[in-house]
Amino acid sequence: MTTATYAGQIVTVNDEGFFENPDEWNEEMAPAIARTVGIDELTEQHWRVIKFMRAEYAEKGTGPTVRVLGKTSGVSVKELYELFPKGPAKVAAKIAGIPKPRGCI
Amino acid sequence: MADRIVVLGAGTGGTLAANRLRRVLDDDVQIVVVDQDDSHVYQPGLLFVPFGLTHLDEIIRPRQRQLHRGIGYRQTAVDRVDLDTERVWLADGTALEYDVLVVATGSTLVPEETEGLTGPGWMEKVFTFYTPEGAGRLRDALDWFDGGRLVVDVVDMPIKCPVAPLEFCFLADWYLRERGIRDRVELTYVTPLDGAFTKPVASATLAGLLEEKGVELVTEFNAGEVEGSGGRLVSYDGREVGFDLAVVIPLHSGAPYVGRSPGLGDELNFVPTDEHTLQSRARPNVFVIGDAANVPASKAGSVTHFEGEVLVENVRRFLAGEALDATYDGHASCFIETGFHKALLIDFNYDTEPLPGHFPGSIGLPLLKESHMNHLGKLMFQWFYWHSLLPGRDVPGIQSAMPERGKHRERASP
Repeated sequence: MTTATYAGQIVTVNDEGFFENPDEWNEEMAPAIARTVGIDELTEQHWRVIKFMRAEYAEKGTGPTVRVLGKTSGVSVKELYELFPKGPAKVAAKIAGIPKPRGCI
Repeated sequence: MADRIVVLGAGTGGTLAANRLRRVLDDDVQIVVVDQDDSHVYQPGLLFVPFGLTHLDEIIRPRQRQLHRGIGYRQTAVDRVDLDTERVWLADGTALEYDVLVVATGSTLVPEETEGLTGPGWMEKVFTFYTPEGAGRLRDALDWFDGGRLVVDVVDMPIKCPVAPLEFCFLADWYLRERGIRDRVELTYVTPLDGAFTKPVASATLAGLLEEKGVELVTEFNAGEVEGSGGRLVSYDGREVGFDLAVVIPLHSGAPYVGRSPGLGDELNFVPTDEHTLQSRARPNVFVIGDAANVPASKAGSVTHFEGEVLVENVRRFLAGEALDATYDGHASCFIETGFHKALLIDFNYDTEPLPGHFPGSIGLPLLKESHMNHLGKLMFQWFYWHSLLPGRDVPGIQSAMPERGKHRERASP
C-alpha cells in the first residue's frame, strides 16, 4: 500500500496508482492525477466521462469497460481513445478515483 | 394450479437445467423449453473443425432429442419477456405464462459492431471459428494457405471459452508443422488483455507455451477496425497488425430479445444475476444459467454444468417457498489443447486462480501442465457431454464445488 498527494491531500493508492478508497477523492484532485498520466488539461468532455465513471461506480461497485462506456456515456469509443489515449477505462478510472475496472474474467 | 416453468434456450444450460428439473420436480409441474432452431452444437468441437480433426456433422445433434420425456418444446424465436405480467412473447405471436423463468440463451456474436469486420474480405481472408459456418469456411481457407502472416485476434472480452483462441494458436502451430510449412508462416496472437490470459499464474504458463511454439504475442490491442481487403487490424490507439489470414473472435452480447425486455438485461444484454444463487436481479422468479448471466465467471460449458446443481435446487426451493442456497463458487474446469496430442487442464473458481497440482485430488490429471492424459480427457469429454452432462447426471468424481485437495498453493505466489 502506498500513498500519493494530490491537491495537498494524502490519499491511499495501490501499486498501479488506483485509489483504494474512492471516498478520499474530490474534484480538485482530478487535474493533478491527470497530469501523472500525461493529460495536461481536462476538457468538458473529459469531465463528462469522469463524472459518468463516478456515477457508474457508485451504482454498480465497478467502473465500466471501454465497450460499455462507448454504449452508455454518450461519448464514442473512438473519442474516448482521443481523450484518454492510454486506455479510456483504466485511465478515466484512475483520474476519477475509483478502483481499476474488473472488466474481463 | 400446477406450477409452470419456462426455459429459454436449449443449449448446454437450458437442456441440462430442464432435464434436472424434470427429475427433481413433481410430474404435475409443467416444463416448456423454447429455442429458435433444432441444431444443438457441441461448441468445444468447433475448435477442431478448421484443422480437419472433426466435422460439423459429428458435433451437431437435434435439440429436442436431448430433452427428457415430459418436457415440452417450442421451436420459435423469443420476441420479449414481460416481467410484470410474467409472460414470454414468442415470435409467432403467442405467449407462454410462467411461474418461474430460466434464462439460458447464452451469448450472441456481434461481428457487425466492429468497423469493417463483416465488410470486404469477411469469410475470404477474415474468419471466425466461433460459428459452425465460420469454422467450416476456415477449414477450406487453411487448406489453401501456403504461407504468410496468420493472425488470431480477440476483439474484446467477454468471450465464450477464453482459452479457445490460445488453443487455436497451439493447434495452428501443430497443423502447419505437420504440413511442413511452419517456417513460412508468421503466427501472431493479438489480445486486448495485458497478458496471454486473465489469471496471473496461468497467464505466465500460457505465455511460455506461445513463446516455445514461436507465436508472437501482442497485448493491450483493442481492435477498432478490421480491414479485410488491405489485410490489417487497426487498434483504437492507432497501432496496426498486418495479416494474410485473420481469425477473429468477434464481440459477444447477450441474446437480442433480452434488450427488448424492459428491466431484464444490462447494456450488453447479459442478465444481472446473483453470482452465488443464480437468481436474477430483475425478479425473484427469474433464474439464469450459463453465458447469459453477467456473473464474474468464464463463459464456459464447465461453468454452466457446475451451475446446474445450484440452479435446479434454487428453483425447487423458490417454488417451495424456502430460502435459496448460495453455494455456487464460480467453479470452472477447462482442458486446453496444446497440439501434438497433448493438453493442459486448469481448474479454478471466483476466489482461486488456476494453480498447478492434480485434479480432482492428489492422484489425478496434472494441472497447468501439458500431458497426453489431458488430451485424451478432452477427447473423451464429448461422450460425457451428450450422455452425462446434458441428461443432467454428475460426471463421476467431479463435483459442483471446486476441489481444494491436489492444488499446490505454495507455488501460487509469483
